[in-house]
Amino acid sequence: MTNALFRPLTPRWGMQKTWSDGRSTKEVAAQFIKPNDRLTSFERLEIYNRQYWFRVLDCLHDDYPGLRTILGTSKFTKLAIAYLERYPSNSYTLRDLGDRLEQFLREEPDWTAPRQALAIDMARFEWAQTVAFDGPAKRSIDADDILTKSADQLILGLQPYLSLLELDYAVDDFLIAVKKSEEDGLRGEASNAVHSAPRGSRRKPVRLPKKQKVLLAVHRYENMVYSKRLEPEEYRILTALEKGETVAAACESALSESGRTDRDWTGIIKNWFDTWSALGWFYLPS
Amino acid sequence: MPSNEFNGFTDYGIGIGLRVPHYRHILAKKPVVDWFEIISENFMVDSGRPLEVLDQILEQYRVVQHGVAIYFGSADDFDRTHLNRLKRLVRRTNTPWLSDHLCWGSVDGRYTHDLLPMPYTFAVAKHTAEKIKAARDFLEVPICVENVSSYAEFHASEMTEWEFLSEVVELADCGILLDVNNIYVSSKNHNFDPYDYVNNIPHHRVGQIHIAGHSKFEKYILDTHDHPVLDPVWKLYAHAIKLVGNTATLLEWDDRIPSFDEVHHEALKADKFRENVIAAR
Ligand SMILES: [Fe+2]
Repeated sequence: MTNALFRPLTPRWGMQKTWSDGRSTKEVAAQFIKPNDRLTSFERLEIYNRQYWFRVLDCLHDDYPGLRTILGTSKFTKLAIAYLERYPSNSYTLRDLGDRLEQFLREEPDWTAPRQALAIDMARFEWAQTVAFDGPAKRSIDADDILTKSADQLILGLQPYLSLLELDYAVDDFLIAVKKSEEDGLRGEASNAVHSAPRGSRRKPVRLPKKQKVLLAVHRYENMVYSKRLEPEEYRILTALEKGETVAAACESALSESGRTDRDWTGIIKNWFDTWSALGWFYLPS
Repeated sequence: MPSNEFNGFTDYGIGIGLRVPHYRHILAKKPVVDWFEIISENFMVDSGRPLEVLDQILEQYRVVQHGVAIYFGSADDFDRTHLNRLKRLVRRTNTPWLSDHLCWGSVDGRYTHDLLPMPYTFAVAKHTAEKIKAARDFLEVPICVENVSSYAEFHASEMTEWEFLSEVVELADCGILLDVNNIYVSSKNHNFDPYDYVNNIPHHRVGQIHIAGHSKFEKYILDTHDHPVLDPVWKLYAHAIKLVGNTATLLEWDDRIPSFDEVHHEALKADKFRENVIAAR
């Protein structure tokens, strides 16, 4: 039965008429499902086949409004089907449904042509929001704890819910515009709630983002998800810390790559560390 | 049997499903609600907003956990991460009992996220009961299994759905979450008398009842949980209450969720209804 459920639907959202081995699906369904006075075995199995696809497509549709807007609903749906065919859900929760989407977009660039780079940026940004929403947190340390330690020995962990992204498109502003233009559709959450085939939504078109380097930290503060634009040196310090470098080494390597020598880096970096600690981004690795 | 070992000897009244669109209203207005049912999986996260809301709810209300992904009927072994997280949540909520569905939904680690019907055979009943027992021993909380609505039946079945349910709960020595809407939906889809179903299950094992609305299509009924409760379901509910007693009842409303007040109003109807039935007994 599972094989039947996971098989993609026809373009008109029906169950495929031919089974994978060439037999008719009608014959296969009749072997294990009873018909009743109103529905054939095929039709009864088809209800489940449709429910499966509507449920998972609905979920990606809700979780990736940015990517869906970039590609258009029809192209997005085709991509989602191809993705789920290769990577069906392997988690008890639909929250994780998109966890291999970025990987798939890299493996199969045709689905997003000619906007592959933009699509990947968007998918990464949208997945980072999921992680920021309910990803694990470690006990954060504050600025005073950092000051008491010597910078060339201090190693800081970055919260697992925090994602640092280097992107070629300003997808952060774009996603805000997309969400504004869409009314808040909430996913049916529970039990046997039924889902319908994906439909295009009627709303004001949002202009696609222009090519522009942006460095982002996607995080949460007081349990709200935010994304914060970072300066190049800021981004470099944080990524170096993420790799396990000491605070001194991270600052040094970030500045050595920086061409901006006219700034008061000591003051700036101190402010950054104050802000990051106030946001709760650091923990002490054991 | 309002209070029994399957609902942790509690005497809960009418509960409402805790749903995202109602969070703000509930936390701000603090309406009088006997208890909230939560979907366990929505709160089996590491941290963040869902747990913050849950903790605020727990400060004021009693919460019962209802799951959608244990899949007692799947041939697969339990997903250990899932069970560990579930146990952590059980400790957090102090749920007096826990429910999930008599169904399957995953195979070889692939998840359908659906509640799929099982072939009603003795072998499947035994396997399912063993998984229920193992889950209860691990989670250390009474378990009630819920009958799902279905749209298909298998040639392999050796008994009716209610015989299968009875067989499983007897073997597992667990409780029943009796969903009267699901019984009604399945009775239409499979041409049986829903009263036969309700009459022929072990009544002393019913720890909780679900009522809900559904959608009617031309050839079958879908359990959509997006309407008020319909008349025949109210009648079946009254019949169930007569047989099993004044049991904790939850009104399910999962899709096209109206305002909290509207759901609350429907739930209060259930309360009145229940009182009348009990008074007339
Ligand atoms: Fe239910």
